[in-house]
Amino acid sequence: MGVTNKLGEMGVVTLRLEEAVNWARTNAMWPMLFGLACCAIEMMSTQASNYDMSRFGMELMRPSPRQSDLMIVAGRVSRKMAPVLRRLYDQMPDPKWVLSMGDCASCGGVFNNYAIVQGVDEIVPVDVYVAGCPPRPEQLMHGIITLHERIKQNRLADWA
Amino acid sequence: MAEFECIEELQAGLPPDAIQNVETFRGEVTFVVNPEQIVEVCRYCRDTKGLEFDFFSGLTGIDYYPSEPRFGLAYHLYSLIHNHSIRLKVYVSGDEPVAHSVVPVYTAANWFEREIFDLLGITFTDHPDLRRIMMPDDWNGHPLRKDYPLGYETVQFSFNRDEVTLHKPYAKE
Repeated sequence: MGVTNKLGEMGVVTLRLEEAVNWARTNAMWPMLFGLACCAIEMMSTQASNYDMSRFGMELMRPSPRQSDLMIVAGRVSRKMAPVLRRLYDQMPDPKWVLSMGDCASCGGVFNNYAIVQGVDEIVPVDVYVAGCPPRPEQLMHGIITLHERIKQNRLADWA
Repeated sequence: MAEFECIEELQAGLPPDAIQNVETFRGEVTFVVNPEQIVEVCRYCRDTKGLEFDFFSGLTGIDYYPSEPRFGLAYHLYSLIHNHSIRLKVYVSGDEPVAHSVVPVYTAANWFEREIFDLLGITFTDHPDLRRIMMPDDWNGHPLRKDYPLGYETVQFSFNRDEVTLHKPYAKE
């Protein structure tokens, strides 16, 4: 179905508001630059030309929480880093999502010790977990698409 | 690296009770030093002609729990002029872990001593800025001590998955 077909003669397209908003949200996502450890290397290669994350509408990582709506926690979170992470999350404007990338961010991974937070879900609410140590770019992309699918389920009634 | 061959010369210039023991293992010389005199021994090693240990390689803390004296401190000194190195060792009691700071002699010891204070809980007297360096400021305990618990979360397997999930402190929005 081409665009002309949908527009018809009047140049008007009808759809539900929530569909339009969810479409806009998923296709213009601004992830925050939050590489903490080796997972960040895979995150970088996901953005680079081979895998090209901009195909999913997210080509620029923002180093500022004020300009971002997705936090990809890439790497282990130490106890010392945890208050900083929570603060950055609180500074992000709504709507915001958190993607926990890799085993360490999801559950502590191999680091079951005093220094590492056993899963970033103790600090911030997580929407999507991506397993792997570190996850390949395909897995991260799958996680992002899963998040997109989740956002597309959002209903107008839930926003209020 | 050249072997250290001036063991007698080093001992001769110091008070008799300063060096408690000398050990040699595979060419590495270790002087067990009286804890009260570590600063004087360091100053002597740095300033004496023929020794001239001008480079402070490192300071390591060791926990020998449960034996007593509980803690050991290993000072590694190196001479850039003579290309030789020694190890000075000090034993500290576990009841009252206090040692003298060598920062007045070797400024490089500053962060090493802070690290040992942070992770092993040994206090250094006369240290200019003794506070935690690695752990958060409000941390309780000293993590590298042998009696410090290793982890705090039960490892999750398929048989106890639900139980661990039940007690996990999940974040609220």
